[in-house]
Amino acid sequence: MSNRDKLAEEIEDPMVAGALKYFKASVNAWSEAAYTEPRTVVRIARHNWRLAATWALGCMLAAGSLAGGLYERHQRQELARIEASKAATKAAEQKVALERKAAEQPAAAKIVTRRQPTAVKKEANENEDLLATVDSDVSRQVPAAMEPLAQMMDSSGTN
Amino acid sequence: MTAQAAEEIAARDFASIVESHRPQIFRFLLASLRDVDLAETLTQECFLKAHRNWNSFRGDSSAMTWLMRIAINLQKDHWRNRRLQFWRHTQANAIGVDEASDWLPNGERSAEQQIAAREQVAQVWKAVDGLSARQRTVFLLRYVEDRELSEIAKTTGLSEGTVKAHLSRALARVRAELRGTR
Repeated sequence: MSNRDKLAEEIEDPMVAGALKYFKASVNAWSEAAYTEPRTVVRIARHNWRLAATWALGCMLAAGSLAGGLYERHQRQELARIEASKAATKAAEQKVALERKAAEQPAAAKIVTRRQPTAVKKEANENEDLLATVDSDVSRQVPAAMEPLAQMMDSSGTN
Repeated sequence: MTAQAAEEIAARDFASIVESHRPQIFRFLLASLRDVDLAETLTQECFLKAHRNWNSFRGDSSAMTWLMRIAINLQKDHWRNRRLQFWRHTQANAIGVDEASDWLPNGERSAEQQIAAREQVAQVWKAVDGLSARQRTVFLLRYVEDRELSEIAKTTGLSEGTVKAHLSRALARVRAELRGTR
């Protein structure tokens, strides 16, 4: 059934039509009465406490946000300060360690230089001993090895 | 509407427009909102808006259609604002369905007839209360303001088919309420 048919059927329904007629008359009567009724201006009672509560809440929120922000900023600054202090301490310690190390190194070098002549002397002695050993070995072996040739030379010389 | 007609409308004194259309706008808003003070306020706003835009009114539609469109938009804005301000008491001054049905013209009807009429009016109010905003607007424009379907379509910006569909659903609801099947 189309909308138009439905509409026609509803309007033809005497109960609906009657109710709609009464409804219209009722709205008209009410509207006329309200429209012609003399209007009095009434001062609107403002809910001051509501306004005050709203303001108070707003102020509290603003103050809370501000305080939170400041606290956060302070915390960060404090953290940064502690970090900087730690870093400075560490740097100072490293510096001290480096200085200590630097101070220890010349002493070690002095010891080395103080010991050097003895070591050189010892080394020279060792070298001399080694050369002496080599010389003695060579002087002992060479004649033994060359002996047959020397004998041959002698014999051919004699011949 | 011709340009001449539009000029004629534009040339009319705004006071006469207010005089002739104000009761209808007020009635429509009253039936829509069931709040006398709010209906009065929105009626004033409607004519204030109309006055501000009177020069831009080209007369493409009748002044009544134009005013009714302003009133419907104001009503929509009002409900939208109310929805956003959910913490406020909505419909604080709106009267109930039973109270609204107390209004009946003094006819020559018997007491029984008056009681029956009041009961029927209350049932129609109840049905109207259950309609969507758009259905209610269409229903009131048709059965309280006696507007033609084409005029309702122009006023609401809907097609005639949609207007018919809304009316059909609204009437079905009224009938169901009257028969007690809801």
